[in-house]
Amino acid sequence: MPDIHTIVCCKQVPDPEAPPSVFKVDTAANKLTLPPDMKPVVGQYDEFAMEAALKVKDSAGGKITVLSLGNNIVRDVIKKTLAVGGDELILLEDEAFEEGDSWSTAYALAMAIKKIGEYDLIFCGRESSDWDAGQVGLGIAEILGIPAVTLARKVEVTDGKARIEQVIPDGYQVIEVNLPAVVTVTSELGSLRYAALKGIMVAAKKQPTVWKPADIGLDPSQVGAAGRLLKLARLFQPVKEPKCEIIEGESPAEAGANLAIRLRQAKIL
Amino acid sequence: MAEYKGVIVYGELVNGKLSSITSELLGGGRPLADQLNEDLACILASDAVGNASKEAIAFGADRVYVVEHPLLKEYQGDAHIQIAEKLVREITPRIVLMGQTSIGRDLAPRLAFRLGTGLSTDCIDLSMDPETNLLQQTKPVYGGNAQAIFTSDILPQIVTIRAKAMSPMERDESRKGEVTSPSVELDPLAIRTNIVEKIKEEVTGIKLEDAPVIVSGGRGVGGPEPFKAALKELADTLHGAVGASRPPADHGWVPEAMHIGLTGKIVAPDIYIAVAISGASQHIAGCSGSKTMVAINKDPEANIFREAQFGVVGRYEEVVPALTEKLKDLLAE
Repeated sequence: MPDIHTIVCCKQVPDPEAPPSVFKVDTAANKLTLPPDMKPVVGQYDEFAMEAALKVKDSAGGKITVLSLGNNIVRDVIKKTLAVGGDELILLEDEAFEEGDSWSTAYALAMAIKKIGEYDLIFCGRESSDWDAGQVGLGIAEILGIPAVTLARKVEVTDGKARIEQVIPDGYQVIEVNLPAVVTVTSELGSLRYAALKGIMVAAKKQPTVWKPADIGLDPSQVGAAGRLLKLARLFQPVKEPKCEIIEGESPAEAGANLAIRLRQAKIL
Repeated sequence: MAEYKGVIVYGELVNGKLSSITSELLGGGRPLADQLNEDLACILASDAVGNASKEAIAFGADRVYVVEHPLLKEYQGDAHIQIAEKLVREITPRIVLMGQTSIGRDLAPRLAFRLGTGLSTDCIDLSMDPETNLLQQTKPVYGGNAQAIFTSDILPQIVTIRAKAMSPMERDESRKGEVTSPSVELDPLAIRTNIVEKIKEEVTGIKLEDAPVIVSGGRGVGGPEPFKAALKELADTLHGAVGASRPPADHGWVPEAMHIGLTGKIVAPDIYIAVAISGASQHIAGCSGSKTMVAINKDPEANIFREAQFGVVGRYEEVVPALTEKLKDLLAE
């Protein structure tokens, strides 16, 4: 079978592993405000999707195209996907792409994938690390009219088919699907590999292809904020008063025993 | 143009029985339907629905649409979407409620994109704007670091709801409702996936979702052994279950079925004991419904102490065995 062409959708997001205290909301603007020195990252589930694509490339060969949508996409950050083994990087980058919802994002990505033309597998993270919606992968599959398998923890390609281990509540199931297909990837697939120095140097030299809405046949009114279906009425942080009673002791062990006494006293146990 | 009316729950069956998320969805949908003065209906699609339709009525449904077909036995998106799409197009509800479960996560986006309407996933609160009759859809975002309220004026409005976010109504067998079996053609050729095999990962003891006490371990536990030793002994002492945050599941220290959090299980026990868990928002999303949270962590700055009601700062290797021993003594008295 000819080489496999995989497309991986990756989104630049605020680091979800940052301490909760750095996440602040400007309630007047309904926007997140982040410290200016905080560097964005590739979404954590998108990294697992990238690793899934690399594993397919390891075993079946072929090439990986990384697709990212947004504005002001930090080259150093997104180029990580090239440094680990991605072959090509296409950015849907324009002011008009900002503040989309799952609908307008999936639509633009699907139009870009149509323009790319030939593909076997499209990998997406199970959900983004900012809006946590988990819709875009399935949305792309619906728009392109191809099958989708969600929550993959392992993906192998043989004879024009993908064999996917899908996480279910009490274990996993093995699913076969004809290509092309969309696969959304969950954390159990394994962390994204580290980039080798050679990969970092190759990535530094590569220039991404940048597409504007018109390049994928869309009017600015169909993308980003203008193309969204859901209205964001309010973004806020519920007020929470920490009220932890710290149980002390001469030693950690004594504190542990004192905790037992306190929980018993409070009739919690 | 069709008139959009009523609230519909896309129900789920587990081992032939109405699942707990379905009664929660009915509990969440009932006040919305009452406020609209419209019906609350429930779609149940499986190989055999049996008594689950009566259960759905006992938990608040005015009408149940039963679709039975052998191909609906094991959930496959390509099969269930055919039922969901056809029925929702025919019934034209104002609101569609689904669970934020592995089924709802897979089915709801397919349905929203097919119908060309908006979807908010993982909602924890719903309310009706009395002026517009539109749903205010509250969902945690940024891994639980903030919350968003979404609205959509395109009908039907579709939402998935987090487990344990809504309370079921008191089960009432005397409630009246109508069961109908609409004929829906299922095209086997449109099912493009094939389930080859199913592998169960056994988790022994009490199910996490049902356990009144959960002892949960995080990255700081350091490896698989303590989950079977120190943590398990504490859980056993309290007749509870052992869980974990995401890192232990990702590292393979524990099966994924033990993972509690935004992308794992959602639990709401009476007591949640977080051991060596830093308290990332993504983890808190899975256990914030706990009545009492206890944190044991060597880092006094750990975020988990902002969530817990009781805490001990110290190495869990020393704290947990002492806690267990003392509890054994106290509980024996």
